Amino acid sequence: MTAMIELSNAEKTFTMHLQGGVELPVVRGVSFHVDAGECVVLSGPSGAGKSSILKMIYGNYRCDGGRIGIRHRGAVVDLAGAEPRQVLGIRRSTIGYVSQFLRAVPRVPTIDVVAEPLIANGVSREDARERAGALLRRLNIPERLWRLPPSTFSGGEQQRVNIAHGFISNYPILLLDEPTASLDAANRAVVVELIEEKKRKGVATVAIVHDDEIRKEIADRIVDVTAFAAAA
Amino acid sequence: MADRLTENDQPLLLAEGLGKNYGRLTACRDVSFALYPGEVLAVVGESGSGKSTLLQLLSAQLAPSAGRVSYRMRDGVLRDLASLGEAERRFLFRTDWGFVHQDPAQGLRMAVSAGANVGERLMAVGWNHYGRIREAASNWLDRVEIETSRIDDAPRTYSGGMRQRLQIARNLVTEPRLVFMDEPTGGLDVSVQARLLDLMRNLVSELGLAAIIVTHDLAVARLLSHRVMVMKGGQVIETGLTDQVLDDPREPYTQLLVSSILPP
Repeated sequence: MTAMIELSNAEKTFTMHLQGGVELPVVRGVSFHVDAGECVVLSGPSGAGKSSILKMIYGNYRCDGGRIGIRHRGAVVDLAGAEPRQVLGIRRSTIGYVSQFLRAVPRVPTIDVVAEPLIANGVSREDARERAGALLRRLNIPERLWRLPPSTFSGGEQQRVNIAHGFISNYPILLLDEPTASLDAANRAVVVELIEEKKRKGVATVAIVHDDEIRKEIADRIVDVTAFAAAA
Repeated sequence: MADRLTENDQPLLLAEGLGKNYGRLTACRDVSFALYPGEVLAVVGESGSGKSTLLQLLSAQLAPSAGRVSYRMRDGVLRDLASLGEAERRFLFRTDWGFVHQDPAQGLRMAVSAGANVGERLMAVGWNHYGRIREAASNWLDRVEIETSRIDDAPRTYSGGMRQRLQIARNLVTEPRLVFMDEPTGGLDVSVQARLLDLMRNLVSELGLAAIIVTHDLAVARLLSHRVMVMKGGQVIETGLTDQVLDDPREPYTQLLVSSILPP
């Protein structure tokens, strides 16, 4: 098995300068790996640092110690010490991330929000839109909404646009932060199906899910984040 | 944001130990960074932090007191801007670079037609066929969402948002590789800003432009840039990926900037 992600002793502390320099340790000694085709679910109560770990793997939060090895184009890159340009390259072709909330650009139609990652990788606009449409249809976003920007959509609709945006590319690594939190049963089932398809294609997935049912369906392994609690 | 960064390892512009003093006053000190083709860098900080001085140093409008700026010319050779001859400097300003001012009146000729404003840059690089110049100008007006029926009107009859879009068309018509922008959305209504930002974002990624954008608006930095440099007191105090600096700011001043944004 090839590890797509390998964390060893990764740690994160926030220093709050506006609160007199209070140190807020989040996690330390984070060590686990994710193989190709495997889905690892992070578990632990709110505030245990699950989202922070996901953000560190995406390079959104800086890592204050340890290593975050990412297999990118056949070589292992340590994200913890990577240059901004390398991180951008990794995000363009290796890691997809579905955040809890959609951060959409004003005025951009839904169909283009979803098609964007493909266009950034050189797919023609027409092809990209077609694939975006197919995915939106599968996620039950009615076609009459595709030309509208998602900012006025309901929480569940925005979440599904976000999922489509994250799932449309063939990234070998996917990070999912509560992808099913605001979805109804039918749409939850679609997302589970999409995750299963990714796994069959060899995608390494790290997910945060609070729903026990879904966790049972998708998880190959569970990593308990409380083990990485950084006692202050 | 969408990007098509080539994984090209040759920087387009290189700043090394750049500084500027006005007498005993230091406007900008020891700034070093590399900008790569297709990369968008935002320089953020409050008024007086030295960001506009830095932009003028980088675009050769001001001579540095220390350090240097080098630029990769179209022949692939990296040249110190201070060593360029007049003809080479003119080529940069007229063709290979764009400069978008906060006040469109500074970047446009207010009394001549919109078409002439765009066409002028083409004539400066040797275009002389009136029909073709007019056609190119009209295409660009359309691209920046100005009705082509307004091509013969002078920009002083335009709204603020239209003027700013016209200034962008005038700058991009010669297909520059690098565009400098000084508070490009400053002074515009919020709704007009959103439209302009969306337009700039698309143009930058479609044309593969490199850009250096000075702004005090962190939302503009988030939307348009790959990387951010935070300036305070004439120095760069923090730099990194835009979302990293904004979501996980490390320096006290950056934390203050990020936490000072009022939620809408």
